[in-house]
Amino acid sequence: MLMGKAHKFGDSISTDHIIPGKYAHLRSNLPELAKHVFEDADVNFVNKVKKGDFVVGGSNFGLGSSREHAPLVIKMAGVSAILAKSVARIFFRNAINLGLPVLICDTDRINDGDELQIDLAAGTIKDITNGKELTFGKIPDVMLAILDEGGLIPYIKKHGDIKI
Amino acid sequence: MGKTLAEKILIEKSGMDAKAGDIVIAKVDLAFVQDTTGPLTVRQFQESGMSLANPERTVLFIDHAAPSPNANLSNDHIFLRDFSRENNCILSEAGDGVCHQIVVETYASPGDVVVGSDSHTVTAGGLGAFATGMGSSDVAVAFGLGKNWFRVPETLKIEVTGDFQKGVSAKDLILYLIGKIGADGATYKSLEFSGDSISKMSMAGRFTIANMTVEAGAKVGLFPADEKTKQYLEGEGRDSDYRPLAADTDAEYEQIIEIDATKLEPTVSRPHRVDNTATVKELKGTKIQQVVIGTCTNGRLEDLAVATGILKKRRPARDLRLIIAPASRSVLLDAIAVGYIAELVEAGAIILPPGCGPCLGLHQGALGDGEACLSTANRNFEGRMGNPKSFIYLASPATAAASALTGEITDPREVL
Repeated sequence: MLMGKAHKFGDSISTDHIIPGKYAHLRSNLPELAKHVFEDADVNFVNKVKKGDFVVGGSNFGLGSSREHAPLVIKMAGVSAILAKSVARIFFRNAINLGLPVLICDTDRINDGDELQIDLAAGTIKDITNGKELTFGKIPDVMLAILDEGGLIPYIKKHGDIKI
Repeated sequence: MGKTLAEKILIEKSGMDAKAGDIVIAKVDLAFVQDTTGPLTVRQFQESGMSLANPERTVLFIDHAAPSPNANLSNDHIFLRDFSRENNCILSEAGDGVCHQIVVETYASPGDVVVGSDSHTVTAGGLGAFATGMGSSDVAVAFGLGKNWFRVPETLKIEVTGDFQKGVSAKDLILYLIGKIGADGATYKSLEFSGDSISKMSMAGRFTIANMTVEAGAKVGLFPADEKTKQYLEGEGRDSDYRPLAADTDAEYEQIIEIDATKLEPTVSRPHRVDNTATVKELKGTKIQQVVIGTCTNGRLEDLAVATGILKKRRPARDLRLIIAPASRSVLLDAIAVGYIAELVEAGAIILPPGCGPCLGLHQGALGDGEACLSTANRNFEGRMGNPKSFIYLASPATAAASALTGEITDPREVL
């Protein structure tokens, strides 16, 4: 069971919003890079976010560059899952590959600051603040297997190959 | 039932009979990284304990920060050079050019599966390769296993007919299409281009279109491999890499979108979204302080020819920087040989080394507060060119060159 607060963003949050290209020189210094997470979308995010919290986006979350640093700095900020109405293809795969769940659901029903309780196995999201319950779309089996191992590299270390 | 281009390639490379929606494991013919995503890929690869499956088909490109603007990025470059030397894989040095251009000039062939840790890897779809961007972990797996898993995408067929008006080009077509279907209009899908306009289109135009298909969310942007593809590969000295490739006539498409090329206008993406399009006419008079012509989207010889044709023997507007970023060393050499570079320099242009230039906000043309840039690159997100207080418009080389002369967004048909 995951518990935490919702940090809400609008539609079309790009990987440039999440971690701007101008910080490419910090990509081999991840603790420094992580200080700039969401800087161009919400400059206070890094100070507000607490371990276990959720990033809640609108449609087409994570569009743009393939930089895996985007989900990586979100994960490093302590975020335990990303919720969005829809998510860009490369970002979706990157987040799962880092062991960070991405849940597709109707995020219009969640407000900024709401306390959420998420049961990944049951597929349910409970908004404690407003009492609403949501369900999220099924994650493909191949991705669930990767998520179960904590990401793609741990999966490969354990299995030595990819299976579908 | 017939097969789309995406289905055909993934069936061949997986050895499985697959259709849209299926998940397959397919052989990867080429895996590459660039200097801003490569160090993470290499570290994950090292962490995994694998060794390179195909060192001669593994390429590390130094193009995003080339030459490096600071010590940290220089150290990342050292890390990539060391890995290349120790593992006998290929390194493409600073100054060689943008990964996507070199991939089409040198490495990708029709029917290949290509993965790169850069979203614009889709560029090689212009010559019929199933080329797609992935993150560092996925490319690390392709480095080590020589394969990865793929969901076979549904396909939107884009049927383009008729001749483009003078001053209108492939860039206007792809901007128009993205405006029409939206930045998530093709998420997880293949965009497959066909029709008589596509058959007649140059490879440079096809690469421009394929390059930007990811801006509609697409996994791949595929063109048939035909006579034009054959001539292009022959021109690169790669005759034997050609094979014809086309979708079956009875292939099943999720949707067919018809576009009449004769009706297309010079088109611009407005800040801060690529799908926020308008015609040049609607934006006439919008002030700009910088023009960028080049990058992996529009930095080929044909693009520089269009720009030179408009700019030669003229000067950019006062207080405007005109920046040219050729896509590769080969393009730059050709442009020097035919005299474009001299004419552009005489016309006040700044010529950058082949590479990504200012597109991603690292260097070579970051924008000041409140400034606007008209660029032929592929993205205009907030902060993309190094400053969230700046504005980026995207357009064709013709529109960019015409606008450089006036300092405001200008219809190229007025100066042609």
